[in-house]
Amino acid sequence: MEKGKLLIKDKEVVVPGEVLAQGMSYLPSQGTYRKGNDVIASKLGLARVEGNVVKIIPVSGRYLPKKGDVIIAKVTDINIAGWTVDTNSAYRAMLSMKDATSDFIRRGSDLTRYFDIDDYMVTKIFNVTSQNLVDLTMKGPGLKKLEGGRIMTVSPSKVPRIIGKQGSMVSMIKQATSCNIIVGQNGVVFVKGINPEDEILTVKTIKKIEEESHVAGLTDKIKEFLDKKSKKR
Amino acid sequence: MAYKKRLDGRKFDELRPITAEVGVIPNAIGSAYFKIGKTGAYAAVYGPRDLYPRFLKNPKRGVLRCNYNMMPFSGAGDRVRPGTSRRSKEISLVTNQALLPVVNLDDFPNSVVDVFVELNETDAGSRCAGICAASMALADAGIEMKDLVGAISIGIVDGQVVLDLDYQEEAYKDGHVADVPMAYIPSMDKISLLQCDGRIKKDDLLKGLEMGKKAAKQLIEIQKKALKAKFEVPK
Repeated sequence: MEKGKLLIKDKEVVVPGEVLAQGMSYLPSQGTYRKGNDVIASKLGLARVEGNVVKIIPVSGRYLPKKGDVIIAKVTDINIAGWTVDTNSAYRAMLSMKDATSDFIRRGSDLTRYFDIDDYMVTKIFNVTSQNLVDLTMKGPGLKKLEGGRIMTVSPSKVPRIIGKQGSMVSMIKQATSCNIIVGQNGVVFVKGINPEDEILTVKTIKKIEEESHVAGLTDKIKEFLDKKSKKR
Repeated sequence: MAYKKRLDGRKFDELRPITAEVGVIPNAIGSAYFKIGKTGAYAAVYGPRDLYPRFLKNPKRGVLRCNYNMMPFSGAGDRVRPGTSRRSKEISLVTNQALLPVVNLDDFPNSVVDVFVELNETDAGSRCAGICAASMALADAGIEMKDLVGAISIGIVDGQVVLDLDYQEEAYKDGHVADVPMAYIPSMDKISLLQCDGRIKKDDLLKGLEMGKKAAKQLIEIQKKALKAKFEVPK
């Protein structure tokens, strides 16, 4: 078979409609499609070439609920069987009573004792249907109602950058600011510190990561930023 | 053929000067500004999000909903009455249909992607500027798209085929004027918008379409450049 031709570099920013590779030896993956002989981008993002597979890591876009994701969600309504929850995506999710708590809840009792409207929680998606009906659960390690602190939203495509490799980035911020940080896969971040200054610095740092997420050597840059800021205080 | 030289001195197949910028509206998921000559269009994309009223929902794929609006001060002199008009409704529809072949919303059933196109100044070719801005904004919003869309008007001014008419040409008094806005998708070789205001001969139309396709490719290059400029490494 004829050797294909790659038209882009690894980690290059590509736009929809851009031809990434020519020839049948390259395979289209996430965010790309094949048309005739060409592999074409269908999303704005960073192109990655792994062997002969070409894919795109999106740099923007809304969150799409996925089974197994741990997210931070907000209660928007209470109904007979449980809670309706906003997931920062196009779809609302349901948290049913039996998945919310192991307590026995008597029929007709007051559900606001567990979660009230506008409460935030760390929760896990345990099922997504083809029509994107989302079911949540509170049963699992680290899943809980959030109290105090502050909530910020970032672009969901930047979440892996904020967490870093094996949580390196987020643990670095945690250490520098002594804040508790929980990053939901849906782009909602919970920050809670001992004093407000720490929280503000954390929020600023996360915003900086979000803005410069496509820059190489980000970890060192953020480390420098944190060192400078924490010396000032 | 009395129209030998264009009123603003451009060549017959020359575009007006263009500026394009992406990410101009921080609150939107994706946004863009596209300016061609004295016609400027902002586009903001929100979503995919929950769609109401419910009967508009499509359980098979997401819905694209475009809205075209001219700002009250955007015209040449007269105040444009705010709110929807017969004209803006039509242009919203054709904008939607021009973009629909490229966007893929199969992953987002029952939801909507809202595209708001606002024109802050208009000097002919506003629907085309709007489509270009919307194309960039959709890409910026991370929507799956097969390609970008380039839109431009072609036409006849007193027997001469011209590209990208401005208002003084559209209002040309000494001869017949036809205005044909078009949108072109290069990778599919598809024309997704073609309207006609005035009379135009078949040969002239075909000649114009070729001109328009070439220009649309140029416009897409400009869009690409603007999209990539957002990610240039800050010094």
